[in-house]
Amino acid sequence: MRKIFDFHGGIHPPENKHQSLGEPIRDAGIPAQLVVPLSQHIGAPSSPIVAIGERVLKGQVIAEAAGFVSVPQHAPTSGTVVAIEARAIPHPSGFHAPCIVIDCDGLDEWLPHRGLENYEGESPSDLLEHIREAGIAGMGGAGFPSAVKLKEKPGASIDTLIINGTECEPYITADDALMREHAADIVAGAEILRHIVGPKDTLIGVEDNKPEGIRALKAAAEGTGIEVVVFPTKYPSGGEKQLIEILTGRQVPSGGLPADVGVVCQNVGTAVAVVDAIIHGRPLLSRITTVTGEAVARPGNFRVLLGTPMQHLLDLAGFAPQRNQRLVMGGPMMGFTLTDTAVPVVKTTNCLLAPSASELPAPPPAQACIRCGLCAEACPASLLPQQLFWFARGKEYDKLEEHNLFDCIECGACSWACPSNIPLVQYYRASKADILQQRRDHEKSEQSRIRFEARQERLAREEAEKEAKRVARKKAAEARSQQAASDSAGDGGAAADADPIQAAIERAKAKKAAQQQAAGSESELDTLEKAVATTRKRLATASAKLEQARAEGSDLVGALQAGVDKTRSKLEAAEKALADYLASQAGAAPAVEPADKPKSAAEAAIEKARAARAAEADMSPEEKARKQLESLRQRLAKSEQRLAQSREAGEEEKIVEALAATVERLQEKISALESDLAAAEHS
Amino acid sequence: MALLRVTSPHAHGPASTPKVMQQVLLATVPGVIVLTHFFGFGTLVNILWAALLALVFESLALALRGRELGFYLRDCSALVTAVLLGIALPPYSPWWLIGVGMASAILLAKHLYGGLGYNPFNPAMVGYVVLLISFPVQMTTWQAPLGVGEAAGVPGVLEALRACFSPATFDGVTAATPLDVLKQNNSLLIEHLWASEPVFGRWAGIGWEWANIAFLAGGLWLLYRRIFTWHAPLAFLAVLALMAALFYDGGSSASGGSPLFHLLSGATMFGAFFIVTDPVTSAVSVRGRLVYGALAGLLVYLIRVWGNYPDAVAFSVLIMNFAAPFIDHFTQPRTYGHRKVQKREEG
Repeated sequence: MRKIFDFHGGIHPPENKHQSLGEPIRDAGIPAQLVVPLSQHIGAPSSPIVAIGERVLKGQVIAEAAGFVSVPQHAPTSGTVVAIEARAIPHPSGFHAPCIVIDCDGLDEWLPHRGLENYEGESPSDLLEHIREAGIAGMGGAGFPSAVKLKEKPGASIDTLIINGTECEPYITADDALMREHAADIVAGAEILRHIVGPKDTLIGVEDNKPEGIRALKAAAEGTGIEVVVFPTKYPSGGEKQLIEILTGRQVPSGGLPADVGVVCQNVGTAVAVVDAIIHGRPLLSRITTVTGEAVARPGNFRVLLGTPMQHLLDLAGFAPQRNQRLVMGGPMMGFTLTDTAVPVVKTTNCLLAPSASELPAPPPAQACIRCGLCAEACPASLLPQQLFWFARGKEYDKLEEHNLFDCIECGACSWACPSNIPLVQYYRASKADILQQRRDHEKSEQSRIRFEARQERLAREEAEKEAKRVARKKAAEARSQQAASDSAGDGGAAADADPIQAAIERAKAKKAAQQQAAGSESELDTLEKAVATTRKRLATASAKLEQARAEGSDLVGALQAGVDKTRSKLEAAEKALADYLASQAGAAPAVEPADKPKSAAEAAIEKARAARAAEADMSPEEKARKQLESLRQRLAKSEQRLAQSREAGEEEKIVEALAATVERLQEKISALESDLAAAEHS
Repeated sequence: MALLRVTSPHAHGPASTPKVMQQVLLATVPGVIVLTHFFGFGTLVNILWAALLALVFESLALALRGRELGFYLRDCSALVTAVLLGIALPPYSPWWLIGVGMASAILLAKHLYGGLGYNPFNPAMVGYVVLLISFPVQMTTWQAPLGVGEAAGVPGVLEALRACFSPATFDGVTAATPLDVLKQNNSLLIEHLWASEPVFGRWAGIGWEWANIAFLAGGLWLLYRRIFTWHAPLAFLAVLALMAALFYDGGSSASGGSPLFHLLSGATMFGAFFIVTDPVTSAVSVRGRLVYGALAGLLVYLIRVWGNYPDAVAFSVLIMNFAAPFIDHFTQPRTYGHRKVQKREEG
C-alpha cells in the first residue's frame, strides 16, 4: 500500500456528481455546423491550411501547429469549409477568435489513417511527434500541449508518471464516466506514456468518491505494473500541484514545473486520446463533456465532436433556461460563465453546468472581513487570503508579492469558505493583472530609458568623432598650408595643391559638365520612353490608392481622384510627345524650339508687371486686390499654357515639374486672394 | 436569453458571519447561567442593558457613517461586544457605567476605526479598560457569591434592576475576589489562606471555578463548531498554567497560586475562549496565533502576580492587540512550493 500524503487546506463542497452519472455516455452526434477555434490550447494559435469552399475529410489537418508550444487542429467530421473568421469562443471575457467553420455533410467520411502496430519499437521522440500531430492538448482543463509536457527536460529525470483521474470539482463526471467505460483505454494510454517517459512508478490517482471507476481501473491495470492510488476526497486534490503532493509528498517549487521534482502529470482523458493517436492513428476529434445542473432535464455525459455548438449539446440534455440563468464551462469552483450558447465545445470543455438560481444562488453582498482565518485554513497553497485581501484592497502590490500572491492557483476554496461572502479570488485576479501590467509598464519604461541613454551616448560619440575629425582636418590643413608656404617659398609649383577648396570646385564643375554632356548625348527617344513609363507607373499606384480609399470609404477619395486624373492627363501628354517624336523621326526634320523664346517672353512679362505696378499706385486696396487677382489669373493662364507646351514638346521632366509647381503655387495664391476678397466684400 | 456573467467560484459554503456571531453568543449561555446562579441577576441585567445600548450606539454610528442599518446590524457583532462587556463588568453595575463602557466600545474602539473588521483593539476590552481606569471603585466591587458571607441568597431580578437604574448606590453584600485575596496575602501559606478565607472553593474561588468551567464548555463547543482554531486559547492557557507551575513555590506565602487556581480564576476561561479568540484583533496565521495566545497568557500571569491589578485579561489582550501586526509580520506561513518563508527587505 502506497503512502498517501495530505496537502494543506482544502474544502468539502457538496459533490453533486450523481446527477450526471445516471446514464452511460451518450453520443452527441454530428451537428449541422462545427466551429473549430484555432486556439483550443495554451500557446500559439494554429494557422489554417484549408480554403473556404474546400471539402475536408474527418481527421484531416485543417490548421497547422504554429511554433513549439502549439498543436494542429483537425476536421472533426467530413464537410465543407464555409468560413474562416472570428467567432465567439469559450473564454471568460467572451472573446471572439479565429475559427474554421465547417458545414457537416453527415457522411462522417474518414481520411485514410493507420495506427502504429508496435509502438514499443518506436523512439519516444517519434511517439511525441505523433501525439503532437494528433493535436492533443491537456484535457483536464488547462489545455497545455501534451507533447511539450512529455518532452524530456534537460537535467530533469522523471521517476513518477501520474495519470490524473481525480476530478475533484463538484458536478463534473466526464473523467469518472471515462474511467467506468474506458478503463482499458486509460491503462493502455498510461502504458504508452510510460514507454515515452520511462518512469520508475506509474500511478493513476483517483479520489475515493468514484468507486465504480476505481474498480474498473484496478481490473484493467491488473498485471501492468500501473498502480491505481485512491485517496480521500477533498477539493482541490485534482490540482496538479496538490495531486503531486498527495502521491509523492513532494512540492513543486514555486514558479517551477512538476518535472523539477521528477514528476509528469497527464489527465485520464489525455491518456485515452494518446491511445487513439498511437494505436488507431486517430487525431483528437471529440471528447467527453458533462452537461449537468438543475436547468437541464436529462443531465449526463456526452461524446461530443470538437467544435459542436454548446446549444446543440444543451438541447440534447433538455436545457430550459431560467431567469438569471448562469451557464458555466467547467465546474462551480473554477469554471467561467459563458455569455453565448453558440460557442463551441473545445478540447478543454470538461463540463457545461447550467444551474438553477436556487442551486447556485447569486452571491449576496459581501460583509466586512473579520479575519476569521477560515480562508487560510482552506487555502491549498498555504497562503493568507485574508491578508492578501487586505493588501489587494489597499493596492499594496509589494506586500501582495511578499505574501506570494502569484502562488495562488485561484481554486476558489477561500471564497467558498468565507463567511462574509467576499469574492476573494476576484480580488486576487484583479491584483495579479494589475501587477503584471505594472511589470510590463516598468519593463517598457526601462527599455525606453536604455534606448534613450544609448542614443544620447551615440550622439555624444558621433559629436566627439566629428570634433576629432575636424581638429585633425584643421591640423592637416594647417600643416599643408605651412608646407605650401614653404614649398612656394621654395620652388613656387603645385598651386592646385595649395588650395583644396578651389580644387574641389573645379572637380565638381568638371563632373557636372560631363553629366550634362551625357544627358545631351542620350537619345531623346529614351527620355520620352522613360517619361511615359514613369508616368504609367505613377498612374498605376495612384489608381491603386484610389481603389483602396474607395474600399475603405475614406474621405480622401476626392483628392485621390483628382490626382489620378492629373496623372492620366500627364500620361496622355507624355504618350503624345512620344508619338510626335516618333512621327517626326519618321518624316520631317526635328522641330527645334527657339532657345531664346522663353527668355524674351519672361522679359516681356517683367516689363508688363512693372507697368502694372506703376498703374496700381493710386488704387483702393480692394481694387488693388482685384487687379492683383486679374494679373495672377493671367499669369496662371500663361503658366498653364507654358506647361502644356513643354509637355507636348516632351521637355525634360524637371522643367515640366517646375512649371507644374508654378501653376500650383499660382492657383493657391489666387484662391487665397479670392477668399480674402470675398471676406472683404462681406464686411 | 441573457446569461449572467459571474466570476468563479460559483458555489459558496455554508459559513456566514452572522452565524459565527450567533454561535459565539450561544456559547456564552452556560457561563451566564452559572454567573447568575452564584451572583444573582446582575450579570443578566448588565447584558440586556448593554445589548440595548449596543443597538442604539451601533445604529447611531452607522447612520452617521451613512451605512445601511439593516444590513450591518444583522451581522450581530455589536451584540457580541455587548454580551462580552456585560459579562466582564461586575454585576449590579450602574446604568451609566455600562453606558460609558458601551459608548467607548462601539463608538470609540469600533466605528472610529472603520467598523467591524477594521478595529485594531477588542472593543469590549477597550470599554472595560476605560471603565477600570476611570471608575476603579465601581469596577472592583463584586457581589459575594452564593454561599459566601452572611447573605442567605443572591439578589433577584427586581433588586438587580434597582441596582442598575436607581440613583442610590447599591448596598449588596460584597466580597473581595479570590484573586484579590491571594494578591493581598503575604503572610499565610496557601493552605492556611484557603482555610481562613471563605471565598475559596474546591479548586479556586466559590462560584468562579464553576463559571470558568462553564465558559470552558462554551469554548469547547465553539472549537467543535470550528468557529476558531485551538491555537490561541491553548497557548494562552498553557503558558498561564506553566507560569503558575513555575512560581507556585510549593504553596508558600509568596506563592502566586496553583496552576489550577489560575486556570479557574477570574476571567481566565472567558478570556481564553471569548476574548483572545477575537479574530479581528488577533494574529492571523496559525503560528501567529500560537505566539499571540502564549504572550497574552504570560502577560496575564505577570500582571496578576506582580502587577497592580488583580486580574489582567483586558490589559493583556489590549497589549497583544498592539503586537498582532508585528507578530503577523514574522509568522507568515511557508507557502506551497517555497523552501522557507520569503525573506523580507527590512526597510
